[in-house]
Amino acid sequence: MKSKISITNLSKSYGDVQALKGINLDIEHGELFGLIGPDGAGKTSLFRLLATLLLPDSGSATLCGFDMVKEYKHIRNLLGYMPGKFSLYQDLSVLENFNFFATVFNTKIEDNMDMIRDIWLQIEPFKHRLAGKLSGGMKQKLALCCALIHQPKILLLDEPTTGVDVVSRNEFWQMLKSLKAKGITIIVATPYMDEANLCERVALMQNGEILSLDTPAGIISGFKKDLYAIQGQDIYQLLLDLRAYPYANSVFPFGQSVHYTDTREDVSLSELKDYLISKGQNKIEIKRITAGIEDCFMALSQQNNVQA
Amino acid sequence: MRTIKYILQKEFLQIFRNKSMLPIIFAMPIIQLCVLVFAATFEMKNTNLYIVDQDLSSHSRQIISKFEASPFFTIKHTDFSIKHAEDELFKDNVDAILHFENGFGNAVDKKEAASVQVLVNAIDASAAGLYNAYILSVIQDYNQKLESSIQTTIKKQAVQQVQNTYSHLFNPEMKYIPYMLPGILVLLITVIGLFLSAMNVVREKEIGTIEQINVTPIKKYQFLIGKLIPFIFIGFFELGIGLILAAFVFKIPILGSVWLIYLVAFIYLLTILGIGLFISTQTDTQQQAMFIAWFFMIIFILMSGLFTPTESMPEWGQKMNLLNPVAYFIKIIRMIMLKGSGFMDILKDLTILSLYSIAMLSFATNRYKKTN
Repeated sequence: MKSKISITNLSKSYGDVQALKGINLDIEHGELFGLIGPDGAGKTSLFRLLATLLLPDSGSATLCGFDMVKEYKHIRNLLGYMPGKFSLYQDLSVLENFNFFATVFNTKIEDNMDMIRDIWLQIEPFKHRLAGKLSGGMKQKLALCCALIHQPKILLLDEPTTGVDVVSRNEFWQMLKSLKAKGITIIVATPYMDEANLCERVALMQNGEILSLDTPAGIISGFKKDLYAIQGQDIYQLLLDLRAYPYANSVFPFGQSVHYTDTREDVSLSELKDYLISKGQNKIEIKRITAGIEDCFMALSQQNNVQA
Repeated sequence: MRTIKYILQKEFLQIFRNKSMLPIIFAMPIIQLCVLVFAATFEMKNTNLYIVDQDLSSHSRQIISKFEASPFFTIKHTDFSIKHAEDELFKDNVDAILHFENGFGNAVDKKEAASVQVLVNAIDASAAGLYNAYILSVIQDYNQKLESSIQTTIKKQAVQQVQNTYSHLFNPEMKYIPYMLPGILVLLITVIGLFLSAMNVVREKEIGTIEQINVTPIKKYQFLIGKLIPFIFIGFFELGIGLILAAFVFKIPILGSVWLIYLVAFIYLLTILGIGLFISTQTDTQQQAMFIAWFFMIIFILMSGLFTPTESMPEWGQKMNLLNPVAYFIKIIRMIMLKGSGFMDILKDLTILSLYSIAMLSFATNRYKKTN
């Protein structure tokens, strides 16, 4: 069975708030797909719709060929869903949680060990500990195990790495890669732009719309302007000065520097530097850099806001 | 079946692992039973009287001595001033004033109408009613003796009086414990059943676990049955403790069949749990569920006939009570325990309760939605 997902024109509103505005999306069998966007972009709503927890206002989606609304019962057997909030029983132990979810899906742990062995080995030392007493990373691994116990064809992970340390995050992504190798279609929602590079294809989402849909490299190559990282002593003042610069196209703070694009084709860096020095900035350093996913997202969301 | 078994296992694990709930579930019934049964009684042990005797005749003294002799009354003061007496009543130092005006004794002797004034503190209306009834019964008693003595001295004819005699069936000594205890048992089961079930599903909503349950292929009825059965067990357990306490500590004869009580309790619990689960499915936080459960609880209990007879309620109240499961169970359990009623005697009420439970449970199942 091909675990393909097709979403057509899917919309959902909560009262006046339109959470999803006609989403169209196709996700291929065995793909590791990323939904990237800030909080409130509509990622969780989309997941809850796909997980058959919400009914859409309009539009439809099929998962593995089953209709999301009419054939939700089939989908629930094929789907592993890991909500953004840890939602296993905190007052049950790791093993009890595990057994419980195995039974609910009408299966046994032993029958599915192949699928989860790698992850299970990491949490097995803690199997008698209460789930609520686990560390953040361990919780996520347990939740992943529980979502995989029935050998789903499609795995929906809603912000699985939020609140997890860097090491555990890397481990987690390694696990996703090995799961992908087993032929599971995986969709990951994340607010972290750096994780986008780890996906095969990503959709950048904002305000219930998909801004861009491509491979991470494709999205980056869509960034046409020259991008500069400018460093100075007073980052905040630098930001204000750059925004006041008549040729400024986009100016965003980015850690210890400011990312800047110009409206002109040929940028005269010395002129820019002179301008900043005339504003009283010192220790200015300007470097040409290649754009990352986050720069693309910022540029796209700016465009989108201007259009709207 | 295997799924239901595991849900049950999970629910019991969670109940027994909750260290703060466990003592509440198991100690509360014993404490409530012991405290409420002794405290919630209508017997007036002591009424403080203030006597204003401006008459000082042999008649007024005879009445006063009757009050003195009664174990139910304590005479705090005897005085001539009605004003002082009213002050004391105002300060809440006495419960009632008995006032003999000058000329009371003369009037009695002349066989004219003689009156005694009784002033009762009626802040607490039900207590006031009791004071009044007790005082009147003492005076009544005196009246009858007086009448017969007057009539015999005149030697007109043989005294003919209608005498009331009572026989209190099923509770011959009119004791309060046999009357209150079955009702309090019902109260216990209701508290446990309604609150625990009302908090349960909504708790899973609050901590988010329902999200994970809802995406599984688990059936609605499996989930709800798994939720119901533990509470039925707990309810049965509490009922068992209550009945044992009733039989061995309070020495109440349980005339009817204990099995019949359990049968009724089973159907009653289904109704109450149905209401609880319904509340739980309709709310988003435990706080909301708690308040709604409390709202129904108060209405159910105050209208149930536990403290005040349902017959004294206005007609609309009695009609409303047709929807009050607590009232049915209190009525039935009193019938079984005190009167020894059998299955056929309670059949009508039991049928209504059964229909009620089916309605509430299907309602709750229907309103619990895995998708919204």
